[in-house]
Amino acid sequence: MSDATLSFEEAMEKYDPVLGFEVHVELNTKSKMFSSAPNVFGDEPNTNVNEVDLGMPGVLPVVNKTAIESSIKIGLALNCKIAETCRFARKNYFYPDTPKNFQTSQYDEPIAYDGYLDIELSDGTIFRVEIERAHMEEDAGKLTHMGGATGRIQGADYSLVDYNRSGVPLVEIVTKPIEGAGSRAPELAKAYVAAVREIVKNLGVSDAKMERGNVRCDANVSLRPHGRERFGIRSETKNVNSLRAVEHAVRYEIQRHAAVLDSGEPIVQETRHWHEDTRTTTSGRPKSDADDYRYFPEPDLVPIVASREWVEELRATLPEPPAARRKRLQADWGYSDLEFRDVVNAGVMDEIEETIAAGATATVARKWWMGEIVGRAKNADVDPGQLGVAPATIVELNTMVEDGKINNKMATEVLDGVLAGEGTPEEIVAKRGLAVVSDDGPLLEAIDTALAAQPGVADKIRGGKLQAIGAIVGSVMKATRGQADAGRVKELILERLGVEG
Amino acid sequence: MTENNELIRSSAAALAGKLAAREVSAVEVTQAHLDRIAAVDGKVHAFLHVNTDEALAVAAEVDAIRAAGGDAAGELHALAGVPIAVKDLIVTIGQPTTAGSKILEGWHSPYDATVVKRLRAAKMPILGKTNLDEFAMGSSTEHSAFGPTHNPWDLDRIPGGSGGGSAAAVAAFEAPLALGTDTGGSIRQPGAVTGTVGVKPTYGGVSRYGAIAMASSLDQIGPVSRTVLDSALLHQVIGGHDPRDSTSLQDPLEDLVAAASIGNVAGMKIGIIKELHGEGYQAGVENRFNESLELLRGAGAEIVEVSCPNFKYALGAYYLIMPSEASSNLAKFDGVRYGLRVLPEEGPMTIERVMGATRAAGFGDEVKRRIILGTYALSAGYYDAYYGSAQKVRTLIQRDFDAAFAKADVLISPTAPTTAFKLGEKLNDPLAMYLNDVATIPANMAGVPGLSLPGGLADEDGLPVGVQLLAPARQDARLYRVGAVLESLLEAQWGGPLLDRAPSLTDPALTGSALSDAAASSHGGSH
Amino acid sequence: MAAINRDDVAHLAHLAHIEMSAEELDRMAGELAVIVESVKSVSEAAGDDVPATSHPIPLTNVFREDVVGHTFTAEQALSGAPDAYEGRFKVPAILDEG
Repeated sequence: MSDATLSFEEAMEKYDPVLGFEVHVELNTKSKMFSSAPNVFGDEPNTNVNEVDLGMPGVLPVVNKTAIESSIKIGLALNCKIAETCRFARKNYFYPDTPKNFQTSQYDEPIAYDGYLDIELSDGTIFRVEIERAHMEEDAGKLTHMGGATGRIQGADYSLVDYNRSGVPLVEIVTKPIEGAGSRAPELAKAYVAAVREIVKNLGVSDAKMERGNVRCDANVSLRPHGRERFGIRSETKNVNSLRAVEHAVRYEIQRHAAVLDSGEPIVQETRHWHEDTRTTTSGRPKSDADDYRYFPEPDLVPIVASREWVEELRATLPEPPAARRKRLQADWGYSDLEFRDVVNAGVMDEIEETIAAGATATVARKWWMGEIVGRAKNADVDPGQLGVAPATIVELNTMVEDGKINNKMATEVLDGVLAGEGTPEEIVAKRGLAVVSDDGPLLEAIDTALAAQPGVADKIRGGKLQAIGAIVGSVMKATRGQADAGRVKELILERLGVEG
Repeated sequence: MTENNELIRSSAAALAGKLAAREVSAVEVTQAHLDRIAAVDGKVHAFLHVNTDEALAVAAEVDAIRAAGGDAAGELHALAGVPIAVKDLIVTIGQPTTAGSKILEGWHSPYDATVVKRLRAAKMPILGKTNLDEFAMGSSTEHSAFGPTHNPWDLDRIPGGSGGGSAAAVAAFEAPLALGTDTGGSIRQPGAVTGTVGVKPTYGGVSRYGAIAMASSLDQIGPVSRTVLDSALLHQVIGGHDPRDSTSLQDPLEDLVAAASIGNVAGMKIGIIKELHGEGYQAGVENRFNESLELLRGAGAEIVEVSCPNFKYALGAYYLIMPSEASSNLAKFDGVRYGLRVLPEEGPMTIERVMGATRAAGFGDEVKRRIILGTYALSAGYYDAYYGSAQKVRTLIQRDFDAAFAKADVLISPTAPTTAFKLGEKLNDPLAMYLNDVATIPANMAGVPGLSLPGGLADEDGLPVGVQLLAPARQDARLYRVGAVLESLLEAQWGGPLLDRAPSLTDPALTGSALSDAAASSHGGSH
Repeated sequence: MAAINRDDVAHLAHLAHIEMSAEELDRMAGELAVIVESVKSVSEAAGDDVPATSHPIPLTNVFREDVVGHTFTAEQALSGAPDAYEGRFKVPAILDEG
């Protein structure tokens, strides 16, 4: 059953959206937040764990120093204040992916607070998003729901738990309510999450792969009639795990809220789940203890004191901020303002940088990403970086074109083959028989046609008037649209006519 | 069953000496204790599991190293080959760890507690796991899911708790040493009522890694023994920094054995805590306590009186902090990853209901009581009034201790207000049970170290009385210095150790009414 | 401070995931009321100017270097599991779908 929605335009006419985001960033430390088990994605279930991650009786946590430093760096990059003293607390709730049945998390004492991020929209407008806090916590394990038709929690017969992700360090970045975005709210949502992702990637503190859940976004949306100051009741949409999904989810929730408000019903304050397949949200069930987490200071850990010296030491290690980096990259690549903005808006700046690093020129990299991949990603409804094109593939395709093995038209066909999973470019060229044919068959065919069409000229050549050959060569070149090698054509004509050159 | 009385009645220090001199073998010593366990534990029920094969294998290894001589023999720890019992709240590879609870029955830990690693490094044979109140919640060991332990002085009486198993094992000569844990008195109060010695070190002095947590900010592992020197020896094995415990102190361990050997208290100021004796304390307890004061005064100590006015809030604050932390610490027992899983008898089969049914069946009443109380104290709207206020009371108690230690080097009080009461006597009155810990709780609240040693037998019932010494944080050595002096003065008066007066347990005339109870209740353990 | 009643205990038992019979709830409510009454003085003992003590011995900045240590095999991890399937812990359905 799907909810009623209003058109986006109508919703915007009637209501003013207020947004809020909680972005979870998984840190790429070597070991976990509170245990020495490895922080590695995708291994065999329950192998990147020790007694601490499984919440065995008697275990105690010890804080990973690198995770603290990464968190402080994130705070600094978000223009936050860094707390001189902060602590961890226990958030108590029962859930099978949470091995201790409490999450060790910061509560009323986040490590970073009161920051902001300036977001550049597609037309160059700068929009300031205020950051309320960035706090540290640990990730939960992974539940797989079995027996249901869809792999969803609804209708499942049982669930399986893998605790490999349990205890992976997380930083949760929480914004203040974002007002004034108006109809640009969906775009701002996407740009904000993209900016956070860019920052943590640039800092080197996270792998920042949204498709792996390294960056996860919960989007809060509420609407209020234009001119009213008090916020409406909000929904919190979880599981929004790509940049496009963030944009779509915010847009959908605005449309859904507007329809509910129009019908005179109250908005239910609830968690919504985002479904990429239908591009809709559905009501999530609240966790049983959602109303009372019984937070208290984690007695097994001691306070963290971030001395000003330590903070300044870390600040000194921060890399070039993304805005400065953009300026530098644009200059390095020689793109015009418009070209560069298109690249940024298309979300392929990192991909172009990687492609250039892999050996392509700036022009070639832009041609491929902007000319071929962005469009295909749009059709496939995914972020371009998630389409599955590796920088090395582009370099390989481009080299094949430059070496004359294939032409440009064929190259795009090979790209489609790569995306269809048919293999490497080389394999696809072979499989699809796309290589520019290097034997003389097509040339001979054109020569035979030309000779038959001009029998008189053929006789002259046979008779030794070799200068007459020019007319035949001309015809062949015309037939092959100038892509034949004239010298080789000459040789073949003489061969065909049995004349010694 | 033959008993080697000389070996089982020896102190750990004496056994260490005999082993080093190769007068006895570690296998002989260990076997003597295993024999004693076989002979008397049916009555005492101190053990939930006896670790015969591994204990003998470790003992044999020690003997082999000693026999081979050379560097390896020279590097053996002084206590190598001296056997020990471990409270079943502390996890051990190769033996079950139950915490005295049905919810963990049959569970084997895949890792060793840090203190257990240290026992293994010292090559001390582990005799087995001792009984306790479920998750260490109790003062009588009656809350064990596997039946109570009986006090070797009178099998119809409680051995104290929660570490009644460790105290009774040592008192009944089933082990020369044991490990206990002390959250509100669980080492010291059993020591008092069984006529043994128990020490709660400074908070952070011994790693908690591998001790199943009740209240993280109060729990400490510590030694249980028959002499002050033996506790010092064991304390030095298990103490010192552990990077796996964030609250572990990084200070180097003091020489506690040397402190126990100083032998005088002349000029030391010993403070009587006004609030921890007198009203509410049994007359026999009070009398023995006063005798100890006289002995110390006679040995040149200056006895002063100190007041700790906020101690009156300690019990209340303890019963907010302890259950709050326990409610969270015990949440992990849910039937998902280890231990018991119980399916609901009717209704929908969801994980939430399985957790609810598992915890309902797996936890005993006292554990449930404390979880509910702790859940209440932490819940929305009550946190500030309960948990928050209790944490402030902790500050007040610390200030009282600071003021007291400005006037005295060591403080002194009775360990428990009464001698051992009868099994079942207070089982249905939680509040009366909680009052057993009134004198021991302040030390846990402030993190300071405490030691209980036998102070004699109460006139009215002939049962042991405990004397408690308290020292400032990180000054555990003072406890051993004063404790060893008081112990020797008292033993000189008695003409030998207090435990010489305890019943033999193997005398056929003394197989009292408790025998059948003990046999009936021991089925839960794994003898 | 409000007294603790049977409904409170039922709510707390739900939060703590302990199923309790009606009889147990009644008994527990009675016992807890006595205990709560006896700890009441605590909330009046200290004024606003008294700081809270969460750790008996104050320490700060106890960290671990970011170095990978030991791990379990899946077999070890699951060795005490009440139920497991293909290297993972198996639990009944999370939602009641009837």
